[in-house]
Amino acid sequence: MISMLIVSHSKKIAEGTKEMARQMVSGKVKIEAIGGMEDGRMGTDASQIALAIQKLFSDDGVLVFYDLGSSMMSSEMAIESLPEIMREKVLLVHAPLVEGAVIAAVEISIGKGLHKIKSELEKMKPDKSSW
Amino acid sequence: MGLKAGDVKYIIDRIDAVMEENREYLTELDSAIGDADHGINMSKGFRAVSRKIKDIAVEDIGVILKTVGITLVSTVGGASGPLYGTAFIRAGAEVSGKSEIDINDFAAMLTGAEAGIKMRGRADLGDKTMIDAIEPALDAIKGGIDKGLSCDEILRLAAKSAQDGVEGTKNIQARKGRASYLGERSIGHQDPGATSSYLIFKTIYESVIELENRY
Repeated sequence: MISMLIVSHSKKIAEGTKEMARQMVSGKVKIEAIGGMEDGRMGTDASQIALAIQKLFSDDGVLVFYDLGSSMMSSEMAIESLPEIMREKVLLVHAPLVEGAVIAAVEISIGKGLHKIKSELEKMKPDKSSW
Repeated sequence: MGLKAGDVKYIIDRIDAVMEENREYLTELDSAIGDADHGINMSKGFRAVSRKIKDIAVEDIGVILKTVGITLVSTVGGASGPLYGTAFIRAGAEVSGKSEIDINDFAAMLTGAEAGIKMRGRADLGDKTMIDAIEPALDAIKGGIDKGLSCDEILRLAAKSAQDGVEGTKNIQARKGRASYLGERSIGHQDPGATSSYLIFKTIYESVIELENRY
């Protein structure tokens, strides 16, 4: 099954988003959260992100979600540092973090493919009236 | 110029000290238009760099610069981590295997570094980023080499051009980074990233003069 990585500047946002996405799929989808620096500052660390991806990795692939600031650039650097054979199955999703992660968890749990989920999420404009 | 591995390490140590001295100043600039962490992030990053390069006993300047870049990527935290990290990694790739570098090497390092920052940050001149300090400095270096100026004079002009670039960021609106969320309200404020880039050029110039006087 596809797994997911949530990357944020803030540990709380990363953890909270993970919790919310997990709730939708009763823990069936493997989700990890990376946020903040070792010393408690906000920020992202590309090497930590790369390690988390390697731990989550399976042949089905990994979807990576990010929010602000360095989280996109660090995620890109992390993906670039992976062995080539993994790299093509690790996709960075350019979508709103919380909505994207929640929807992706559901889509993964019903068996949609890696590229299909990414392209659908990237077309998404979150409908804030549908709660 | 002719800098050896030990000289490069010395300059990097000086950059660490300058980031520490300017921690509050950079954070103050960042608190006006960003998330108020640039000073602390840069000083944390270069402090880690300083400790790291102390332990590496290599003559290859490419390896030293690559180590600087990798360390910045995992210790800075903010956007300047991947940006300066990429810059130093690219600069290192330009002088891979060299145990001594001159001004032409420095121009090549900086050309690689700037291309890396533009690629990673998707930024260009006039976006109110570190590019607004780096590009004028690089132009000054290339121009100085063409005119056959002395190395000291070229580095002085590079620092001066970066400083002018920083001044210029006060008049423009941020199009990248956290400051871009402020829209027009970012006008009137000096960019913290461009400022730290200028401080690096200034430190390189001053350190090279210092090293020359020492020999």
